[in-house]
Amino acid sequence: MNDLAESDKRVIQVNALARVEGEGALYLRVNHGVIEDLKFRIYEPPRFFEALLVGRDFGDVPDITARICGICPMAYILSACQAMEAAAGVSVNGPLRNLRRLAYCGEWIESHVLHAFLLHAPDFLGYQDAISLSKDHPEVVNKALQMKKYGNQILEVIGGRAVHPVNFKVGGFHGLPYRSAIEGLTDSLQWGLETALELTRFTGGLDFPDFDDEYLSVSLRHPDEYAIHEGRIISSDGLDIPVSEFEEYFDEEHLEHSNALHGIRKGSDRPYVVGPVARYNNNQDQLSPLARDIAAEIGLGPVVTNPFRSIQVRMVETVYAFEEALRLVRDYQEPEGPYLEVNPSSASGTGCTEAPRGICYHRYDLDQDGRVRVARIVPPTAQNQRQIERDLWGVVERHMALPDDQLQWVCEQAIRNYDPCISCATHFLKLSVERV
Amino acid sequence: MFEGRDLLIQCIGNRLRRDDGAAPAVGDRLRAQGLGECVRDYWGEGTELMQDWEVARHVFMVDAAHSGATPGTIHRIDARVFPVPKNFCYYSTHRFGVAEAVELARALDRLPPSLRLFAIEGGCFDAGAGLTASVETAVNQVAEELRRLV
Repeated sequence: MNDLAESDKRVIQVNALARVEGEGALYLRVNHGVIEDLKFRIYEPPRFFEALLVGRDFGDVPDITARICGICPMAYILSACQAMEAAAGVSVNGPLRNLRRLAYCGEWIESHVLHAFLLHAPDFLGYQDAISLSKDHPEVVNKALQMKKYGNQILEVIGGRAVHPVNFKVGGFHGLPYRSAIEGLTDSLQWGLETALELTRFTGGLDFPDFDDEYLSVSLRHPDEYAIHEGRIISSDGLDIPVSEFEEYFDEEHLEHSNALHGIRKGSDRPYVVGPVARYNNNQDQLSPLARDIAAEIGLGPVVTNPFRSIQVRMVETVYAFEEALRLVRDYQEPEGPYLEVNPSSASGTGCTEAPRGICYHRYDLDQDGRVRVARIVPPTAQNQRQIERDLWGVVERHMALPDDQLQWVCEQAIRNYDPCISCATHFLKLSVERV
Repeated sequence: MFEGRDLLIQCIGNRLRRDDGAAPAVGDRLRAQGLGECVRDYWGEGTELMQDWEVARHVFMVDAAHSGATPGTIHRIDARVFPVPKNFCYYSTHRFGVAEAVELARALDRLPPSLRLFAIEGGCFDAGAGLTASVETAVNQVAEELRRLV
């Protein structure tokens, strides 16, 4: 951070944000107490995944797109699988679908807990990082690490390994996990559920910066369950569309200051938000009674308008994910076979799942041999960028009187509210605040 | 999941970011010499490294470094004794990295009985495969050193 302040002209510059996934920056210029410019900039280089998918066989796509992110590979794998299945007119239901949902619960648990307690919690307690936090709260950090491990364990049992799992394919799985391995998850999930409740209560004692906004929340919604890996796309202002119509209502635009595209709602200047807060705002009624009760206990109403409370929402979703995983394990029925035959050709298909950070949309146009002609991937962080910038405007306006180092702190905290995955979005962060 | 054994060599990096692939290349050489059972590749998420320390007594970590030293320089750190400098083995701001994992484990008294880090100073972290010449030389040297040590 550089402080080039003179009297009422201030310059603050931070060139690399820590505790976010990937490389990005914030530039902020303030003139006589008025924000003149604010840019949330993603400088991680573009990775051109869509381009390198062109010409590849449809079956290769889930494993390739999984490499977009080490934290949320399931989002890419399943969104791609669903797109290919949609192109072939195949639906994966029953026990195979349940196994996918169980794996996705594992991804939510490991991603949410990593972010909530190793990356975000230090912000609220005045610690520089999780290492400092662990010196005063070792039991909290140890429990968080154990919960994350149990999330990984689900992915290892079903997917072969936790990072970039290898057992998923279009139509299902290369091989089915042993029933004993699935049933062996029970005790760790039961411990995880009880510990998730305890750590969720811990977030109830945090102080949240004063900030509210009326968010346009966009998420999946499923008629029968809290949407994780399937559903229609809905918004808090009444949109309700099938995934296949996503591109009719949403688009991305390139801005000069960022390597990541900015998600936009067509015909509207209003930013929208995806992720835990959006899901909670749209689907809170579909959480389990236990998850709703713990949400109420820590002070969350039916709609969250303070983005700093996203850490609480992540933990409520972690409670739900453990509970749902436990249910799926107890009700496990072995599928008749590991996969359904899927052979798409000369067709287009779309898929969308709820990555821990929000909806992850895929579309593929395939040729007569099932090879990719066109690929389109819209990751969650790209969709959240405009809302992050809007939040930063509001946060800076409300906290303008803070000294530069404290202003920087709250700005970084505001960005981490979104658990931005810059790697996914580049196709993203440094912080510069300039007061002139 | 790492099943647990006395010796674990953790090779951390990304083969498609040029010299960030130094440690995986060290792992390749060790596997070619029959040490594959002890070698495991990692993408750099710190808690995953910590998870495997619970079940190994002697751990060697190999990673690429970005400290400003001459490319190809081999840094050797006894992580039980000395802290790993922040941002040392941390090319980007991704995740919860190697240095954080070591220091978090130290704060929580979760370090393995023996933990040594070999960090190879990289010269180029651009997108793409292939090591620079000086890093390639250092990779061979670290692989040979580890082979003799284990």
